[in-house]
This record gives sequence, C-alpha cells and structure tokens, in this order.
Amino acid sequence: MEIINTIIGKNGFVFAFLCVGVIMLISFWVSKHVTNNKIPGVAISIIIGLSLAFLGDEKGISNITLFTGLALLGGPMLRDFAVVATAMSADFSKIKQAGLAGLVSLLIGVFISFSIGILVGLSLGYTNIESLTTIGAGACTYIVGPVTGTAIGASSEVIAISVATGVVKTICTTIGTPLIAKKIKLDNPHSAIVYGGLIGTTSGVVAGLAATDEELVPYGALTSTFYTGMGCLLCPSLFYVILRFLASPHISN
Amino acid sequence: MRIYGVALLAACFLMGKLLGLLLGQLINIKGDIGGVGFAMLLLMISSIYLRKKKWLAIETEKGVWFWSSMYIPIIVAMTSTLNVRAALSGGFLAVIVGIGATLVCMLLVPLLSKIGRQDKLDSHKK
Repeated sequence: MEIINTIIGKNGFVFAFLCVGVIMLISFWVSKHVTNNKIPGVAISIIIGLSLAFLGDEKGISNITLFTGLALLGGPMLRDFAVVATAMSADFSKIKQAGLAGLVSLLIGVFISFSIGILVGLSLGYTNIESLTTIGAGACTYIVGPVTGTAIGASSEVIAISVATGVVKTICTTIGTPLIAKKIKLDNPHSAIVYGGLIGTTSGVVAGLAATDEELVPYGALTSTFYTGMGCLLCPSLFYVILRFLASPHISN
Repeated sequence: MRIYGVALLAACFLMGKLLGLLLGQLINIKGDIGGVGFAMLLLMISSIYLRKKKWLAIETEKGVWFWSSMYIPIIVAMTSTLNVRAALSGGFLAVIVGIGATLVCMLLVPLLSKIGRQDKLDSHKK
C-alpha cells in the first residue's frame, strides 16, 4: 500500500490521466448500455466529476492527497490551453456575423445577473449597499463577486456568499444546459455565442455546451471569456455608483 | 512535426493572455480580460493565413487537434475539483440567486439570438 502511495504521490499528474480516462470509459458505457444513448456520455462524466468533488473540500477531490494531480489537469492553465485549441474547428465568418449579438449579450448578461442578485438580496433583508453590490457581482461569476467585494469593502461573510452564488451558477449551467438547450434553440454557433455572453461562467458554459453539442463549445467559450472581465469592470464602478445614487433618498430619510 | 502545432497553440495562447492583461491594465483591473478569447481569435486567424500559404502541414494541425480533443477530459477533471460544498453551504440566498440568474439568462437566448440574424433577413429583402 505504501509503495502505491509513493508511486502515485510522485506521479500525480499521470495518475490524473488514468482517473479521467476511467471516468470517461464508465460514463460512455453507461450512456450506451444503461440510458440507450439518451443521456450523452460527456454529461454523465461531468456529473460523476461533480459528485466526486463532494468527497473533498474547497478544492474538491484534489484535497485528498492521492488525487492532487486532478487539480493540475483541471486547473486554469490546461483548461484555457485546451479551450483555445477548440478555436481550430470554429468558423470565423459565423463569429463575425454574431459579433454584435455577442457584445449586446455580454452587457445584458452582466446587467441581468447583477439585478437578480440585488432583487433577491433586498427581498431577503439585505439593505447595505456594499453587501448588495457584492451579492449582485457574485451572481455574475465566482470571480466577479470577491473582486467587487474586496474593492468596495464588503464583509468577508458576504464575499463568501457571493463566491457560493457564483459556484451555484456554474453548477446550474453545467447540469441545466443540455436539459434546456432544445427549448431555447441552442443548436447553432450564433446562439452559442449569445449564450456564452449571457451566462458568462466559462467553466459552466464550456462544460454545459460539451454535454449538449461539442461543436458549439468554441463559440460559447469565445464570448464567455470576456464576461468576468466585463463584470469586474462594471460591478464595482458603474453599477455600485448607480446603486448608491438610487439608495441616497432612502438614506437621507 | 506535431510539436509545431502545439508551439503555434502556445504562442497564440500566450499572446492572447498578454493582450488580455494589457487590456486589463488599460482600464485599471488586475487580471486579464478576454485573454482566452483573444487567443482563440489569434489561432483562427493564423491558421487561416498559414493554410492559405500552404505552410500548415497536416502533422502540424494534429498537434492542435490533440489538445482540442483533450478539453472534455480536462473539464471533467475541473468539475471534480470545484468547491461544490461551498455552493451548498452559501445558504438559501446563494442557491436562489445562482439558479435565478442562470435561468433568466438562459431564457433570454432566443430573444438575443435574433440580433445578428435580423440584419441578415433585412439584407435579403433588399
């Protein structure tokens, strides 16, 4: 047992390839033989991934020493590297055509998510402007939340809630995308570009689109990578100022 | 050689990240804005250019295709390292806002998808 631990401990990254390979093998087998190809293998493998994350703590299963290699394989560096590679199969003319729609969806996506955060926050009794702004920012992505909260000086408790909100959004997108894709006509590059801009959480968008239709991934990824930056730009500045302006009559009363 | 493709991908990746960081600095934000997006555009443009010049050998392309085919396994690895517990421990507010924001944005997709398409229909009429 000790020998095995040493081997894997020293070769964690290689072991991660084996782990993911086994997960994929099981998922595609289950997809074919158990669900009769009704649930895509990729979707099953992502759900297995999410459930494995429960075994660990803040870094998911990679908190367990044996599986630290998964954090490297699934970390932001290799994830971004592989996502960029998918651009090879994207059609440039389709992106040009959807450029405007992508930009509009980015702006509307950040605004809507922020507003929903504010509205729910208000209805649950939060009145502090800094807390509300941070919760709204968390509704964008789990990076926008803490960036905004730190910038405007929100409490660490609220920042933690904003991170949790962003993670819920990522998971909800991952599981929900294949379920809702047909209803919202998410079946072509054009709507995938819009989708990436509206939802924004790159990891959720990429995982969700992969489970729906692999060909759509590069289009969704392209717009969603601008979303977090857009959120970090708008939430602690423009949106925060507007919110303070809207609240000022109440404060003076 | 396949490494040429991987190197091309790496070059586009790093250039994109650089552009994203510079854009971030320009508007005073720590971190990169759309670095991956820029990198994707660079890869698309450079591969179109290289193909035209006939400098893009099939072996070179295979180097990029390998990484392109690796992203699903990488995404699976990523989901297994997410902070799933925090998502649930953030309480009622986090769950409601997270699900609400996702659902509303999803339902807007058909509406906003019309933007570029409308123009196309108009130009056909003309």
